[in-house]
Amino acid sequence: MQSICLIPLLPGIGAAINGLAGIRYFSRKAAGGVACATMTAALGVALFAFWQLLQLPADARAFDVTVAQWIPSIPLQMRGGAIGSFQVPWGFRLDPLSGMMTLVVTGIGTLIHVYSTAYMADEPRGGVARYFSYLNLFCFFMLMLVLGNNFLVMFVGWEGVGLCSYLLIGYWYEKKSASDAGKKAFIMNRLGDWGFVLGVFLIFVTFGTFDFRAVQNAAATMPKETMHFGVLSFICLFLFVGATGKSAQIPLYVWLPDAMEGPTPVSALIHAATMVTAGVYMVGRNAVLFSQAPMVMSIVAIVGVLTAFMAASIGLVQYDIKRVLAYSTVSQLGYMFTAMGVGAFSAGAFHLMTHAFFKALLFLCSGSIIHAMAGEQDMRRMGGLKKYLPVTFATMAIGTLAIAGIPPLAGFFSKDEILFRAFLNNKAIWVIALSTALMTAFYMARLVYMTFYGEYRGPAWDVAARPAVAVAARHGAPHPADAHAHGRAHQDDHEVSHGPAEPHDDPGGGHGHHGPWHGPHESPTPMTFPLMALAVGAIVAGFVGIPAALGGGNAIEHFLEPSFTASGVAQEASGVAQGFSPAGEAEQAAGLKPRAATEPEVSRKTEVGLMILSVLIALAGIGLAYRFYVTNPAIADDLAERWAGAHRTLSNKYYVDELYNATIVSGTFASGRAFWTFDRRAIDGVVNGTGWTTLVSSWASGLTDRTVVDGLVNLVGRICEEGSFWFRRFQTGLVQNYALLMLFGIFAFVSIYLFVR
Amino acid sequence: MITPTHYMVLSAALFIIGVVGVMVRRNIIIIFMSIELILNAVNINLVALSKQLQNDIGQVFAIFVIAVAAAEAAVGLGIILAFYRNKETVNIDEMNLMKW
Repeated sequence: MQSICLIPLLPGIGAAINGLAGIRYFSRKAAGGVACATMTAALGVALFAFWQLLQLPADARAFDVTVAQWIPSIPLQMRGGAIGSFQVPWGFRLDPLSGMMTLVVTGIGTLIHVYSTAYMADEPRGGVARYFSYLNLFCFFMLMLVLGNNFLVMFVGWEGVGLCSYLLIGYWYEKKSASDAGKKAFIMNRLGDWGFVLGVFLIFVTFGTFDFRAVQNAAATMPKETMHFGVLSFICLFLFVGATGKSAQIPLYVWLPDAMEGPTPVSALIHAATMVTAGVYMVGRNAVLFSQAPMVMSIVAIVGVLTAFMAASIGLVQYDIKRVLAYSTVSQLGYMFTAMGVGAFSAGAFHLMTHAFFKALLFLCSGSIIHAMAGEQDMRRMGGLKKYLPVTFATMAIGTLAIAGIPPLAGFFSKDEILFRAFLNNKAIWVIALSTALMTAFYMARLVYMTFYGEYRGPAWDVAARPAVAVAARHGAPHPADAHAHGRAHQDDHEVSHGPAEPHDDPGGGHGHHGPWHGPHESPTPMTFPLMALAVGAIVAGFVGIPAALGGGNAIEHFLEPSFTASGVAQEASGVAQGFSPAGEAEQAAGLKPRAATEPEVSRKTEVGLMILSVLIALAGIGLAYRFYVTNPAIADDLAERWAGAHRTLSNKYYVDELYNATIVSGTFASGRAFWTFDRRAIDGVVNGTGWTTLVSSWASGLTDRTVVDGLVNLVGRICEEGSFWFRRFQTGLVQNYALLMLFGIFAFVSIYLFVR
Repeated sequence: MITPTHYMVLSAALFIIGVVGVMVRRNIIIIFMSIELILNAVNINLVALSKQLQNDIGQVFAIFVIAVAAAEAAVGLGIILAFYRNKETVNIDEMNLMKW
């Protein structure tokens, strides 16, 4: 099965073509065509590989491919004196879990690429190629993350998707809020990556290998750390810190709502369907490790369910259509982590898949709405769009029902599986999760009602209006319901999203916003087709996991089972795999509680009862939203006024951003300032002091040189000069003078000789 | 009878004439001639005392002096000729370049 290495490689080639040549030379259509073609090819290879995988017997479904050696074997001194070897191959592994994930990434990725060709049609030409290059690069890294068979290959993908997320959030980099959001996402992800890296280091130190399978097999033989916080628990905790960054869990979730500054297809692909689920996937990939650390599992479950609850409650009062969906995503990711935390790995992975379908669908629908409203994102300026956007309305309704958990749509099966497993594990978690389900149904129904029902509240349009009038109408007159500051998200969005004033050579199939805005309109076929395809997915994706209680076989759980257990190890002895062994429904239902395993009939009845309860909860949420936002809109405002404090807290997202700003951000600034002051005072002081000392000493040295040394030299010269001034008079140059002097001298000597002696 | 005293007086007279000539004349040729007079005054002295003391070394010495004087005359006249070609004068007061 060498071909599985092609799955990540094809989008990588597309990214290289678009990035190297496309930005300069390709038309919009060519850039989109290259990107879509490579993604479609990758989808084809993935489908083929998946089909091959299904041909294998259930417990041997895995392909391992080593493309090349990345880091050649290096002998290393291990702990305890043994010599280990450090080597990392470019290894890919297709097993049920990564197979499912690969199909999700390539399938939804392809649809979103197709959607993007229309959504980004109004961008400048080079921008489109850049966009598709990033998008393809993202798919390349995401598939590498999914398919990697060791931690380091996964880490390459892990970092790469973070990079692409940054690039795509900041795609409209001229807009400050977008570039800020990109930086925020990147830094938050880095914080998580710090934990992930520490976990990987600890894994290597402990096990001496990076290979998933080898690590799992080794971990399965280690004692379960029920009572103490051992090395496995630390590994899992660090890995989970990585997962909270990537998958936007408490405390690192705040980047995801801001990430909505990116183009909507990006939000759908990266921030809903694929990248943010990487953390969930990673936890699932290391299910054996996590099962050995029950205390960390509890942490995962608690963090997950709290995130789910908190994000859903914030989603209740947001007005930006994409932010509602962003908080919904955070909330649903919380569900997935709850599932992982209570040991229902396959339920979490199942929800990951169904969520990818319906949340991508919802985001693309919101993109279609934003497209129709020419960049408007505030739901208070929408309303009554049902008649203008029939396809978007139908598909969005399907997505909403799916996420709310109405049978037989996809969300129902996966969410109920999680709720049921949470119920078996811990009633408190179950209660929180159930109330989250109520809020989920409510805010999604609210979104649909505010957008598609009621009266049209958006800006007026005129068929013959000049563009200036239309823009002024859109951005000028404040709407009566606009008292609440609805963020900076939609301001300037129109101008920026439609690019700088570059002459557009390609009118994008005659469907741009170049002229006057003609009012809300249905999106073109390349956008509606992915909506319909995803809607079908949101309907049928759940059927692979019909639980036993409803007479299904829960095929997905059996299929994913081998990925969550160690292979070739005595599974019964470890006690981990029991809960998920495909032996029978009883043990499936048991979860981590052996108590339930003895009462299969009771648990099955309980399961049906819980299903009915959660469906009723979902219907209640939808009904409540119908009452609030369709039949009697005043109720919502009344409630908001009566519970003003709570409403304000929710609108401001629990002030978490403010808290982070006040503590971490300003703390960072303060420490930066302190370091700068230290730098300026101490370090610069030493340097400047040295310079000053040199200056002074050289000045003194110069002074000595000038006065003492030069003075001596000059003094000698002056003495000679002054002295010779008189003596040189004797030297007249006249020979007879000299002769006369000689004569006098002789006279003198002779006189002395004659008379003195 | 001519006594050594006569020779001494003649010699002294010649010597004085020579010295005065060197001191007071400005023509370099004359000064040169005066130097010859001084040398010959010395020669007279040498020869006279040689005869008086019956010692021939004085005679030999006088001949050496004459030989050296001849050489000196050749060199000196050469210098004077070269000087004259440059300055077109033989006035010794013009020969004052060798000073500070």
